[in-house]
Amino acid sequence: MSTEYLRLTDVHAFYGESHILHGMDLVVNSGECVSLLGRNGAGRTTTLRAILGLTGRRTGSIMVNGREAIDLAPHQIAQLGVGYCPEERGIYASLSCEENLLLPPRVGSGGMSLDELYAMFPNLAERRASQGSRLSGGEQQMLAMARILRTGARLLLLDEISEGLAPVIVQKLGEIIRALKAKGYTIVLVEQNFRFAAPLADRMYIVEHGQVAAEISREELGSKQELLKQYLGV
Amino acid sequence: MSEIFGIPIQAFMGQLMLGLVSGSFYAMLSLGLAVIFGMLNIINFAHGALYMVGAFLAWFGLTYLGIGYWQALLAAPLAVGAFGVLIERSMLQWLYKLDHLYGLLLTFGLALVLEGLFTNVFGVSGQPYSIPDELSGAFNLGFMFLPKYRAWVIVASLSVCFATWFVIEKTRLGAYLRAATENPQLTQAFGINVPLMVMLTYGFGAALAGLAGVLAAPAIQVSSLMGSNLIIVVFAVVVIGGMGSIFGSIVTGLGLGVIEGLTKVFYAEASSTVVFIIMAIVLMFRPSGLFGRER
Repeated sequence: MSTEYLRLTDVHAFYGESHILHGMDLVVNSGECVSLLGRNGAGRTTTLRAILGLTGRRTGSIMVNGREAIDLAPHQIAQLGVGYCPEERGIYASLSCEENLLLPPRVGSGGMSLDELYAMFPNLAERRASQGSRLSGGEQQMLAMARILRTGARLLLLDEISEGLAPVIVQKLGEIIRALKAKGYTIVLVEQNFRFAAPLADRMYIVEHGQVAAEISREELGSKQELLKQYLGV
Repeated sequence: MSEIFGIPIQAFMGQLMLGLVSGSFYAMLSLGLAVIFGMLNIINFAHGALYMVGAFLAWFGLTYLGIGYWQALLAAPLAVGAFGVLIERSMLQWLYKLDHLYGLLLTFGLALVLEGLFTNVFGVSGQPYSIPDELSGAFNLGFMFLPKYRAWVIVASLSVCFATWFVIEKTRLGAYLRAATENPQLTQAFGINVPLMVMLTYGFGAALAGLAGVLAAPAIQVSSLMGSNLIIVVFAVVVIGGMGSIFGSIVTGLGLGVIEGLTKVFYAEASSTVVFIIMAIVLMFRPSGLFGRER
């Protein structure tokens, strides 16, 4: 049986006084690609940020690769082998493309080399000397993905990576996710774009009001169309 | 050939050198302020007091403990840096979530406390600190005499400024620093210990101020108010250069020292206000400073 890589149990998270997550429970197995779907403001991005300790106060339990992470600082959680690609992409404007790529320190063994990354993302090789702020939206997204693959992180938290990008780039990102799955990465995909996530995800969680409202496996997709329509309007 | 713009060349070059010396101090101090502001978003009003403490440590070491200039050049900045780390851990770190104004008020209060303490113990009159033997005397350049100590101050502070610029702009550690300055949360989420870097940054800025203090000790008299006399000009330098710009603070510091020195030659009455006049003009045309970026 597959082993569990990430488990959230009754996680509550706050920003100041606002209570955003109301008891999140989810499990991601090693090598699995799990998608968090839901409406804007449902708490999907906050779930990723809570895993990394980037929210305010958190309670409950967050097990990452067998370690309890609820009381750790963000840099300690990252060092458990977590790579984060934020919704706003977080490319450093004051650093060049290659400096951005080389910035995140190693958090595990077996990260991809610079050559492998440039083979996977040829556009970045061409733009390696460009300032981060001068990259196009698609290039920024590629860079945000590429830089966490170099670090040896095995759990990738990807937030809305298809958002606002041209269809051809979204398609390319889909191919990359498939390649990463083949390499055994564990992936949590927060998506608004159901059509992008559906063919990639092994399982989906539907998030509503800071909780998991439903869980759908790939096999159930056909039979649970009504449920999806109800929650997502797709 | 003995006059430039109707000024004897001796006097002209002498003031130029003096300008470069004060410019070196401006550059070192505003560099420390810029590094601290970039990382902590705090305007460190205690900077002048830390500079004064550095000078006093050197003086105290020489007078009572037999610690010479060269040892003080290493030991005093380390001590001031350690003191900076203590300030950051015990006080500043609790203010990051609040408005910037609180950091400014706290460091301003710290400056007053430090200056008050030193005034209480040592009075306000200057304590002499003699130039070390190796650096006393002067080079005869033919057209002027260049005191060795002034040459040393310029070379030493420019080397330190260049080294700091190099580390921040060209190394991996510097890339971490720039990344943490731009987006601390994300940088920490990549596994970099940002709180530790913030602490060491404040310590480093404080150490730079301490080092400037030791360099200043033989050049000007050591007194408890030496920092507050200087720091106002240094803040003007930082505003002109642009908040948080490393290169800008170095170039502006030196440049304004020279301008101030030359103003003494041509129109001495304006020499203490020229920096502020330039500041007003720069703010009218470039509100974020000559080298600053709009935030």
